[in-house]
Amino acid sequence: MSAGAAVVTRGIEKSFKGVPVLRGVDLDVDAGSIFALLGSNGAGKTTLVRILSTLLKADAGTAEVNGADVASRSAEVRESISLTGQFAAVDDVLTGRENLVLVARLRHLPDPRGIADELLARFALTEAANRRAGTYSGGMRRRLDIAMSLIGDPPVVFLDEPTTGLDPQARAEVWATVEQLAGRGTTVLLTTQYLDEAEQLADRIAILHEGRILVSGTLAELKRLLPVATVEYVEKQPSLEEVFLALVSGTPDGGRSPGPIPSRKEPR
Amino acid sequence: MSIHALGDARVLTGRSLRHIVRSPDTIITTAVTPVALLLLFVYVLGGAIRTGEHGSYIDYMLPGILLITIASGIAYTAYRLFLDLQSGIFDRFQSMPVARSSVLWAHVLTSLAANLASVAIVIGVALLMGFRTGASLAAWLAVAGILILFTTALTWLAVIAGLSAKTVDGASAFSYPLILLPFISSAFVPTRSMPGPVAWFAEHQPVTSIVDSIRALFAQQPVHDDIWVALGWLVAILVLAYGFAIASYRRRLG
Repeated sequence: MSAGAAVVTRGIEKSFKGVPVLRGVDLDVDAGSIFALLGSNGAGKTTLVRILSTLLKADAGTAEVNGADVASRSAEVRESISLTGQFAAVDDVLTGRENLVLVARLRHLPDPRGIADELLARFALTEAANRRAGTYSGGMRRRLDIAMSLIGDPPVVFLDEPTTGLDPQARAEVWATVEQLAGRGTTVLLTTQYLDEAEQLADRIAILHEGRILVSGTLAELKRLLPVATVEYVEKQPSLEEVFLALVSGTPDGGRSPGPIPSRKEPR
Repeated sequence: MSIHALGDARVLTGRSLRHIVRSPDTIITTAVTPVALLLLFVYVLGGAIRTGEHGSYIDYMLPGILLITIASGIAYTAYRLFLDLQSGIFDRFQSMPVARSSVLWAHVLTSLAANLASVAIVIGVALLMGFRTGASLAAWLAVAGILILFTTALTWLAVIAGLSAKTVDGASAFSYPLILLPFISSAFVPTRSMPGPVAWFAEHQPVTSIVDSIRALFAQQPVHDDIWVALGWLVAILVLAYGFAIASYRRRLG
């Protein structure tokens, strides 16, 4: 594998009760990049992420994360990753701060309280810090969830459909967070079924379909797969999302947004 | 097991104990049914029951009530484990550099703490209702040891239920037969008063030997072979339940 690869898989296969879900997945994710795994429901995105985060064993093939094989050196892999699953995995009974302190302790870090305070501030959760996470809105839960994943600065972050079920505002917040992460050199592998999300965020995009990677490349490369676009002139109408965001921005739920709504990404 | 594993188990146990402290109703509801049974059997049915033993009826039936308390309490362990799986927090812990065994052990230790608290409440009520024992410290420790072993064995059963359940109801349903077992034992009436086949079952199921051992310890009488039969049952259940629990835990990673 090349020195700059954070995730490499070769021929990953996985079946559940005889039904093949992954049929030989080859993937290369460069360190420090945002990689979007695009696919419809049931394409096998979550299965692949679970294999990469050592929650599931592959039937065949190899996978390395941060240079360590997920099967034979899973403990090392767990040292260098964090997983944010499809549903915000926060402890509803604990407060936001307690959730963060818990994860910091489990990662055996010094000063768990200081780490918690810093992340609460960064994710605009300081005011809600001492409320039970069960009382949080969907966007706040997701922010807490991602904050928990960032404790210990793991070099590789898996985000499994991080914006599914979020309103546009919360979605923009998650996007801003992902961009910040990549800006710090973290490798982000995110799965999504939203085409615009992949287009907006990712350096490289792979399309997973029926258990195989159909294509993989930059957005520009993927666009070249289709015939050259003809130029048409159409009246520019604001999208409903633009209207919605223009009307409601400035009154986000439970706190300010952690950053500006990301604009289209420049190639790095 | 390493130093980390112990530390992780401690942190995770602290977490689930906090759940219990924040919703103490689970401890109370665990104690309510056994206390209701105590009242029912002592003040309503007990007058008509002839145990053929010295001492008051509450002294006779308290050991069985304690086992019912634990059998209903462990349902919450399965429930809490199931919720952790459902919410994804279990996966979060599993994908972190956390000793994997510590995730299950935290639930087991929490189950012990919660059930012993419920048992303490029930014993407190029993004392108010006239339960008396001259048991020595050693006998009390022996009773505590049996109850801890019983709780641990049943908790690992609860872990199997929690790991394999598909619904919340399924996670706790397994405990109903366990709650009923003491009724078909020497817990409330002597087995010799039952018809032949029922008496045979009652005499050969684990609850009778456990109840008889605890009763003898409270009554300062020799425990005979009962204690060995009881320990044999408990260790066998513990080993089997632990084995199956770990196997179904591993299967999740398949």
